[in-house]
Amino acid sequence: MDFDLTEEQRLLQDSVARLLGDKYGFEQRKAYMKAGDGWSREIWSQFAELGLLGLPFGEDEGGFGGGPVETLIVAEQIGRYITLEPWMSTVVIGGGFLRHGASQELRNELVPQVASGEMLLAFAQVERQSRYDLFDVATTAKRDGDGWVINGRKGYVVHGDSADRLIVTARVAGSQRDQKGIGVFLVDAKGPGVERRGYRTVDGQRAAEVEFSNARALAVLGNPEDGLPLVDQVVDECIAALAGEAVGAMQAVHDMTIDYMKTRQQFGRPIGSFQALQHRAADMLVALEQARSMSYFAAMSAAERNPEERRKAMAAVKVQIGRSARFVGQQSVQLHGGIAMTIEYAAGHYFKRLTVNDAMFGDADHYVRYLSESGGLVAAA
Amino acid sequence: MDLRFTDEEIAFRKEVRDFIAKELPAETRERMIAGKSPTKDQVVDWQRKLNARGWAAPEWPKEAGGPGWTLAQRYIFREELQQAPAPSPLGFNINMCGPVIIEFGTEEQKKKYLPRMLNLDDWWCQGFSEPGAGSDLAGLKTRAVREGDHYVVNGQKTWTTLAQHADWIFLLVRTDPAAKKQEGISFLLCDMKTPGITVRPIITIEGGHEVNEVFFDDVKIPAENLVGEENKGWDCAKFLLGNERFGQARVGASRERIRRLKVIAQESMDGGRPLMEDPDFRRKVTEIEVELKALEMTVMRVIATETKRKDKKPDPATSVLKIKGTEIQQMCSELLMKAAGPYAWVDGDPDEEGASNDVDVAPDWAFGLAGVYFNWRKQSIYGGSNEIQRNIMAKAFLGL
Repeated sequence: MDFDLTEEQRLLQDSVARLLGDKYGFEQRKAYMKAGDGWSREIWSQFAELGLLGLPFGEDEGGFGGGPVETLIVAEQIGRYITLEPWMSTVVIGGGFLRHGASQELRNELVPQVASGEMLLAFAQVERQSRYDLFDVATTAKRDGDGWVINGRKGYVVHGDSADRLIVTARVAGSQRDQKGIGVFLVDAKGPGVERRGYRTVDGQRAAEVEFSNARALAVLGNPEDGLPLVDQVVDECIAALAGEAVGAMQAVHDMTIDYMKTRQQFGRPIGSFQALQHRAADMLVALEQARSMSYFAAMSAAERNPEERRKAMAAVKVQIGRSARFVGQQSVQLHGGIAMTIEYAAGHYFKRLTVNDAMFGDADHYVRYLSESGGLVAAA
Repeated sequence: MDLRFTDEEIAFRKEVRDFIAKELPAETRERMIAGKSPTKDQVVDWQRKLNARGWAAPEWPKEAGGPGWTLAQRYIFREELQQAPAPSPLGFNINMCGPVIIEFGTEEQKKKYLPRMLNLDDWWCQGFSEPGAGSDLAGLKTRAVREGDHYVVNGQKTWTTLAQHADWIFLLVRTDPAAKKQEGISFLLCDMKTPGITVRPIITIEGGHEVNEVFFDDVKIPAENLVGEENKGWDCAKFLLGNERFGQARVGASRERIRRLKVIAQESMDGGRPLMEDPDFRRKVTEIEVELKALEMTVMRVIATETKRKDKKPDPATSVLKIKGTEIQQMCSELLMKAAGPYAWVDGDPDEEGASNDVDVAPDWAFGLAGVYFNWRKQSIYGGSNEIQRNIMAKAFLGL
């Protein structure tokens, strides 16, 4: 058991921290948000130079050869600076589908493009009725010659507006809530039959509503008749990364809050000298450290081979991260007072990212239910 | 970063588990599963079995009679004891007084006391708290005056756990009333049979006799029973209180309580079906399981960092252990009580002979669960209340 980073991992952490420390101040972030794509192409190419876009791919295919711990390291920095670039969508989710579901031919074609930053991917999964159920899919895919044709509508496709390719879950057989009969398809985002309406999300990121009208799939990812296990696996890996992002954001906003408590004067002394506020800050630290512990558990469990065990572990991760993120986010605003209610101040932006992070692929309440229905973590005896 | 136990550690866990399965008396185990404290005889018997195996003091160095284990081994050992469940080595001997003597004691003191501590030939108790010195421990007033080769001690200690079993007491006394409050304190060892000591039971809210008041009336303690220097007792106290970094997390104990809870909630009916099938109840259990998993990982982090750390400064994660560990245990005890429904309300201390359930008024699994719930409210009060823990965190880790 060893929680220390290797020399290589420390270098990775330092290089990301240095880049974002230089280029991702709060004012710079605001400027990126307002520019063309709602994020920075310049930062994106620097991510590519650092190897962050090829992070999970093997070195033999031009990647960085990173595993769950490397993903955690980068995700934490992303959270610390609440960056806006489509790293999670393209590298963690898109990269996950390529690694676990793409044919060798497709990997050969796409991995170098993803790693170099030319190819952006987005995951089109949410539907009006599905809420957090990955298997609740009404969008259809029908065979057409030797290909597939997609029809339906997807919402909250994170970074769907700037993506080059969409990874779409669609029903091949069965009824809307069947576990079987779901396929995963790669679709040209700019191709015929795809209509996108981009928008900004509350946490400053971008997303799109996407309609598919007889859109032809470029490729199938995994088994078209039974793609749900693939989706589960990729989403679980993303949950582990989201845990890192949340911990990074919690750490940043907690630091910010403690600094503020030391400088803000009321009643002739720093507000950090008041015990009521000290105890709240201590409770925030407890929540943060429990979350950090759980992010390590997530990294450990991402490679778990038994899918039921992996799902249960990630459900537990979502519960702890979500509970901690809510508490740390809300209390950092509370302890700051009015200043954190202004859009000009960073704390509120961390709070918003943490709130959205909790809900990604299901919030804490959703996973408490899932885990309790799956028998929990401790067997009766 | 490698977050797994090594093969050697996994093998060690099996060795401990096999030992417990073979050596732990069934009556001790059953009594503990039922939520009762083990009897004095059971604790002594088990400690001697551990001692015969060389495992009586997991944290002690080899030269003092410990097994010389790594932090990970100590953790695994304690976790296996807790989830068996089996009695832990007696804390007063092994985790409180013993380490102080190892760190500050003379060679004579080590020779005289340590082997008898290990074998539980002497049962020790702790004389720290006083009626006027709880969270503000350094405000203690019990007075020791040096007269020739003795100290004469007068005063009162309170919350003295299991003093009724004790052969010896280690206590903090004020030797210099003129000095600043932390600087006039000394650490003494005292035979409980010394004339002038009176032990009076304090019955806690659930009806149990666990803690006591201990009165000292002109008690003569030989000067050679001073540990460390005179007026430097606060160093011993700080060492003792800071000594146990992950002991209060008690992850194994909570896991055992959750397993028990799931069994009881299967027996207990609610709305015509087992309580465990009620979604609301099940979710409450799940919330605790998740907190416990996070705590377990936090303990691992503390072990991993402390293994490498040379400066002995605690990891910030350490502060989480007492607060979360006790909160989780308290939540377990509350859900266990609730699971019992109306049968939780049979009064009486389950540890007492002739307890109410001897006349069969409730299912066996339900009896005493309310008592444990009420009793376990102590956990967030003792060992530095959880509010004191937050003060420490605010100062030490947040710099507020």
